[in-house]
Amino acid sequence: MAHDTHEQIDAVTGVSTTGHSWDEIQELNNPLPRWWLWSFYATIVWAIAYCIAYPAWPLVSSYTTGVFGWHSREAIVQDLDALKAQRSGMTTKLAQASLDEIRQDPELFAFARAQGKAAFGDNCAGCHGAGGAGAKGYPNLNDDDWLWGGSLQEIEQTIRFGARASLDKGHQGTMPAFGRDGMLKRQELSQVSDFVRSLSGLPVEKGANIAGGAKIFADNCAACHGDKGQGNRELGAPNLSDQIWLYGSDKVVIMDGLWNGRGSVMPAWNDRLDDTTIKALTLYVNSLGGAQPH
Amino acid sequence: MADAPLAKSLAAPAPASAEEAPLYVPRKQIYPQAVKGRFRTIKWVVLAIALGIYYFLPFIRWDRGPNAPDQAILVDLANGRFYFFFIEIWPQEVYYLTGLLVLASLVLFLMNAVAGRVWCGYLCPQTVWTDLFYAVERLIEGDRRERMKKAKEKWTLEILAQKVLKHSIWILIAWWTGGAWVLYFADAPTLVKELATFQAPAMAYIWIGILTFTTYTLAGFMREQVCTYMCPWPRIQAALTDEYALNVTYRYDRGEPRGSVKKAEVLRKQGLPAGDCVDCVQCVAVCPTGVDIRKGLQLDCIQCGLCIDACDSVMTKIGRPTGLIAYDTDMNVQARIEGKPEVRRIVRPRTILYAGLIALVGIVMIAALAMRQNIDLNVMHDRNPIFVRLSDGSIRNAYTIRMANKHLEERRYTLNVEGLDGARLDIVGGRIDQDGQPILSVGPDQTLEMRVLVTAAGDAPASSTDLRFILTDLASGETARARDHFKAP
Repeated sequence: MAHDTHEQIDAVTGVSTTGHSWDEIQELNNPLPRWWLWSFYATIVWAIAYCIAYPAWPLVSSYTTGVFGWHSREAIVQDLDALKAQRSGMTTKLAQASLDEIRQDPELFAFARAQGKAAFGDNCAGCHGAGGAGAKGYPNLNDDDWLWGGSLQEIEQTIRFGARASLDKGHQGTMPAFGRDGMLKRQELSQVSDFVRSLSGLPVEKGANIAGGAKIFADNCAACHGDKGQGNRELGAPNLSDQIWLYGSDKVVIMDGLWNGRGSVMPAWNDRLDDTTIKALTLYVNSLGGAQPH
Repeated sequence: MADAPLAKSLAAPAPASAEEAPLYVPRKQIYPQAVKGRFRTIKWVVLAIALGIYYFLPFIRWDRGPNAPDQAILVDLANGRFYFFFIEIWPQEVYYLTGLLVLASLVLFLMNAVAGRVWCGYLCPQTVWTDLFYAVERLIEGDRRERMKKAKEKWTLEILAQKVLKHSIWILIAWWTGGAWVLYFADAPTLVKELATFQAPAMAYIWIGILTFTTYTLAGFMREQVCTYMCPWPRIQAALTDEYALNVTYRYDRGEPRGSVKKAEVLRKQGLPAGDCVDCVQCVAVCPTGVDIRKGLQLDCIQCGLCIDACDSVMTKIGRPTGLIAYDTDMNVQARIEGKPEVRRIVRPRTILYAGLIALVGIVMIAALAMRQNIDLNVMHDRNPIFVRLSDGSIRNAYTIRMANKHLEERRYTLNVEGLDGARLDIVGGRIDQDGQPILSVGPDQTLEMRVLVTAAGDAPASSTDLRFILTDLASGETARARDHFKAP
């Protein structure tokens, strides 16, 4: 490697060389274009200014906050506030209108359903499933069988105060543990199970004592479930004569319920959700398909 | 250093031979000379029409009633609508735009098959705006010779004043160009008012700024380099063209051998061959890309025809027939030299094919537009749960339907379902009219989403049944259909 102070021009490219030469290969003097170089300097200046203006460097227990005092969390809060303000027209309407009024206003109803869907995903889907299809012990909200009633007012009541959530408010009523507490013998439970299955036309074991089961049912169950097993929404006693079974229709499942009792709990949302959200949830759940005929 | 002598001996300059000439040619500044003639006039007319359309089209009004904007051409990005006179296009109908682009490229191919780079020479925005900028330059700084002289001189106050004036007018034109662009995206008169009072959205100013910058640099500085180096069309064009396509051609059968007027007269008197080209280089002087057309077809030539005008005026002056440079083909030049007849075939398989394709695409687009549905129906089955068993044991499926009403007034529809005998249809939140038929009313130019429940009557149907949803416009009877399935256990 050598230096040559004389400027030399490369013949092929017409560009001056730096005078550096390695194994006959000469280094051409192609300096960075000025515009590129100045852009590069400008980015450095920009980066320094940015570090001063905005939060940039981590410190031991904190970070440099920047002279503008910009804060990402505050920026999000501002964005959310702006979003709330943008929606406030519809939200105010939703807060002021009654459930039935909203049901009659297609635009407001669509808005409520959208909000209700979001709230359902956040709060209800954990038990009832994303589409409200429910699970064993958790009612399907799409069907027309309602433990506590499917009108707007009844659904709102259930959401607000839950089911068996507290002793003073909301829905009460549990299925006693007939077997475990010694009220009925195993033989009697078997008979009444067969009778209950027969109520909705399900096949029963050969030689089942349906008449005996009916007698036991009338004495022990009809008070809550009704004389024909049609259920009672005041007490959350399921309709036993329809095709929908909260826990299942197998005899062993029914026997289990009779032996141990039933009393699944839905929490009360009155203190956790605001009125508008509860309203939206009510309309959404009602619109899933189980809405009682008007 | 030990190796210094060796390096020195190697660093001796190599002899510059023709093979080892520099690989890069620096740009030569071009000073096109003013010219008058047929093609210059055509270019001025095209320029006036093209710029007139571009600058004033957004101000044309088109009454669409109270529920739509009254601007003839409007790209309404905020609401997802494109208005073109009597046509209104929704985002999902972007294929109309695709069809328009297909049509545009086919027209470009046809133009190319007939007369080469007509687009480049007359219609391309780069050509039109560069032409306009050259006109401004000529008006202020003078014609070719004056401009070349001024470029070499030291700056005087006069030259400086002219430069300031020229660039100011350029920037004004560029700014108006950007300004016209944004008017296609909002109500033009309103936006003009907002721009004037500095109340327009920031995006409008940003776009005006971008387009002012690009127009100013592309038409003021980069000019023919855009055509020579940046644009892909010359390359594609060269691959698409054939020997029948008319091109701006120097008829060397007539022009060669070149010489002065006097020398040519002497030669002609002696009965010796003498060309009409007097080597006045006027064709080069007027060329906006600085090429010499006498070297034949070349990539840099945008075929604007200005050299034809220049040559014709010279030929007229020296009393020789015009058309030494003309729209012709190399094939014909060769044919004349060989004494064969000329061939001019505008109608040939290539042009017939392009014209046929244009007609086909045009017919398809017009048919699609004429048969365009003004209502749309989309159905989406609930994913969870797939079906629901009701208390009486019957099976129900739930769907979300989305209706689009492209009419500019509110319309009322009924929804029916086919494919499942005796199935009941319920619309959540739907209004029921006297006949028990649910009525769906969709606002003008809007969509509406609804939840729909279909319940199978009696026994459970097969695990999957095809369903058809039919939406009927109560006013016009127009229908839209959508398919889906009914699922059961």
